[in-house]
Amino acid sequence: MTGTLLAGLADPTLDSQRLFRAALEALSRPGRIVTLPDTLPDGPPAPLMPATAALALALFDYETPVWLDEVANTPAVCDWLRFHCGCPLVTDKAAADFAIIAGALPDLSDFPVGSDAFPDRSATLLVQVAGLEAGGDLRLSGPGIDGDISITIKGLPDTLPTLWEANQSLFPCGLDLLLTAGSMLLGLPRTTRIDRRKE
Amino acid sequence: MYVAVKGGERAIDNSRLLLAEERRGDPAVPELTLAQIDQQLSLAVDRVMTEGSLYDRELAALAVKQAQGDLIEAIFLLRAYRTTLPRFGYAEPLETAAMHLRRRISATYKDLPGGQVLGPTFDYTLRLLDFDLAENGATPEAEMAEEPLAGAMPRVADILGHGGLIEPETPQDDRPVGDVTRDPMTFPADRDARLQALARGDEGFLLSLGYSTQRGYGKNHPFAGEIRLGEVAVEFVPEELGFPIEIGEITITECQMINQFQGSTTEPAKFTRGYGLTFGHCERKAMAMALVDRSLRAQELGEEPKAPAQDQEFVLYHADNVEASGFTQHLKLPHYVDFQAELVMVRRMRETAANNATPGDDFEEAAD
Amino acid sequence: MSTQLPTQIPTGGYNFAYLDEQTKRMIRRAILKAVAIPGYQVPFGSREMPLPYGWGTGGIQVTAAIIGPEDTLKVIDQGADDTTNAVNIRSFFQKTTGVATTEKTREASLIQTRHRIPETALSEGQIMVYQVPIPEPLRWLEPREGETRKMHGLAEYGVMQVKLYEDIAHYGHISTAYDYPVRVNGRYIMSPSPIPKFDNPKMDNSPALQLFGAGREKRIYAIPPYTSVKSLDFEDHPFEIETWDGACAICGATDSYLDEIVTDDTGGRIFVCSDTDYCGERVEAGHKGADDEEKAA
Repeated sequence: MTGTLLAGLADPTLDSQRLFRAALEALSRPGRIVTLPDTLPDGPPAPLMPATAALALALFDYETPVWLDEVANTPAVCDWLRFHCGCPLVTDKAAADFAIIAGALPDLSDFPVGSDAFPDRSATLLVQVAGLEAGGDLRLSGPGIDGDISITIKGLPDTLPTLWEANQSLFPCGLDLLLTAGSMLLGLPRTTRIDRRKE
Repeated sequence: MYVAVKGGERAIDNSRLLLAEERRGDPAVPELTLAQIDQQLSLAVDRVMTEGSLYDRELAALAVKQAQGDLIEAIFLLRAYRTTLPRFGYAEPLETAAMHLRRRISATYKDLPGGQVLGPTFDYTLRLLDFDLAENGATPEAEMAEEPLAGAMPRVADILGHGGLIEPETPQDDRPVGDVTRDPMTFPADRDARLQALARGDEGFLLSLGYSTQRGYGKNHPFAGEIRLGEVAVEFVPEELGFPIEIGEITITECQMINQFQGSTTEPAKFTRGYGLTFGHCERKAMAMALVDRSLRAQELGEEPKAPAQDQEFVLYHADNVEASGFTQHLKLPHYVDFQAELVMVRRMRETAANNATPGDDFEEAAD
Repeated sequence: MSTQLPTQIPTGGYNFAYLDEQTKRMIRRAILKAVAIPGYQVPFGSREMPLPYGWGTGGIQVTAAIIGPEDTLKVIDQGADDTTNAVNIRSFFQKTTGVATTEKTREASLIQTRHRIPETALSEGQIMVYQVPIPEPLRWLEPREGETRKMHGLAEYGVMQVKLYEDIAHYGHISTAYDYPVRVNGRYIMSPSPIPKFDNPKMDNSPALQLFGAGREKRIYAIPPYTSVKSLDFEDHPFEIETWDGACAICGATDSYLDEIVTDDTGGRIFVCSDTDYCGERVEAGHKGADDEEKAA
């Protein structure tokens, strides 16, 4: 273990509950930007954002293999996750239940997407982005959205709608995304359609 | 004006009080202690531990007491407690060849290393009510043997195994052993999950299913290769130590059934196995479990599954008495909304039928 | 990893909301997958609960995994807050969480239910938790899990269409009165739980999140808000709901689901709202049932 370990959740029981409810809100109402409660007394281990770190504590444990991209895969992050979550860290994307992506979006095709019989056996990706804003050029629609909703996601490639269409075409299989920016969270379940708003 | 029925809360409180009173019975009769239940109703405690999946004689005795001797209720109580216990890891596999035996019999060999050890059994008692017992007569004392039993006795299946006469028992692969209390079963279920479900399964259900295989519904020619009862050490490897330490000793009953041999032109004939294991002394359960384990292996042994006892989904989804008892008894809960929906439906169907019927038809009269 | 009890919550020696934290996380992960795949039944490691299987263990586990101190809980069975099972489940959560409870649909953030959806329209902040006995809508047509799983995987739902069609041929109607199958988001066929089909339309495009828990069968499924939920039917035999000739004897409602109360042994009967909160709210607002009107006349 390197240096002093940053603390976990101040109140593991009730903080986990609040964080989960925020994640549930985000995933069941895609496009709605949810602000997570402040639950980390020492803040997150760099380069994790507060939202990413808090969600990890609320959702990961010894039953969930986690994959970290090159940027997130630092000794401080690994030690912190191992100590607080007890989750196995895996190098094989195909073995991951969760992934933390702090750098550029990697090739998504290697993550498990489930099978027709068990589409739930698919990965959930925590993706850190530069910013999330209500309104903007991306139009989301699908379950959880009353009509459609516009958002701006900063720091994801312009090809996102195309990438996402490929994921959507796998339904009922597919990946689910939790996008984080600072303390903000946006859910993108596999059912959400993303279009670029035409001017 | 009609006033809806109210007062669920008070009714429930009162019912609980009545139940407590009934549990105690006549206060003039001395109250049972947990030690009495543990010592004198020990087979009830054994069954509750086995199907409750928790080895704790005192808690099982408490469950039996609290359930007024209703063992399925007691099993439920123990399970509901078990589920709240944190788990810190999984024990090493039990080494039953090294257990301290109190009973060991084989129906396949007249004599074998270690010998036949009858031990405590109902088998050769005459089932005559003992009126001395009713008056709490003195218990005759069992005589001490001249020499102690052999420390470890080879298992019959191992003896057969040395000659290659029985299929070897090997782990399916190197993945961790499953746990049906953590991961819901999927089908076809692997043998680890099946054995765990059978060990937790209702004794009566397995007994009847095992019996059905003996009567031809999925026959597999069983021999009771060996039944052993005794104490075995439980070992655990703490992460920080990295080697196994003994954390206690438990009483178990193990049954190895030796079944119908199999062979082909490429493979010489050998016997197949069925396995049963219980906490405490639950011999009937261990034997029934071994019969059903073998019958559930039909598919993997290339037999065509035809009988109920060979049907994995049928057996494994219905063996658990806590599930079965709950769902059967949930019929006591109010269903009047659904019943009303059916009433409306049936009345409407009768109206339709009456309208379609020719005059004089019975329907017209019956409809309202 | 450490788990500590919040000091201010009365829990009677158990963790907040009874379940241990690892179990809650496992259930929460299953719920998130359920929301992402509307109508698909996610297998989960259902635990033994201190209530019997078949008495709401699935709903209780879902509620226990999501409930927090900020919630206000309503529990109903058959539409009523004071039926014995509802009372029992509500007191379980009062004891293990200390959260506020209510009988008012409007005030609740979490509503656990058996067999009904409240008459009062649900709103965005609310979560419905349904208790489900048999989550598999195809189970009556195909008892084998292996087979039904394949049918869902391939959206191979011919058997269900055939069953409904045979009903029409035989009875002139689809004969299912409750637990009437629905199709969610145009993909999965789903059991709405044994609610009367009267309640099915309330599931469609609801602003509330709807979660379903089947404890004994170890499945969780979900309908996100604003999701299409269509009751199965045929063009020439459209889905229709129950209707009553009379009105509620207490509040006079003609738009609510009515329970039949037998008043004597010679066929006398009256009807009253199954949703006790809805009925009470109407009475408070001055509505009267036929009984009272007769007296007044």
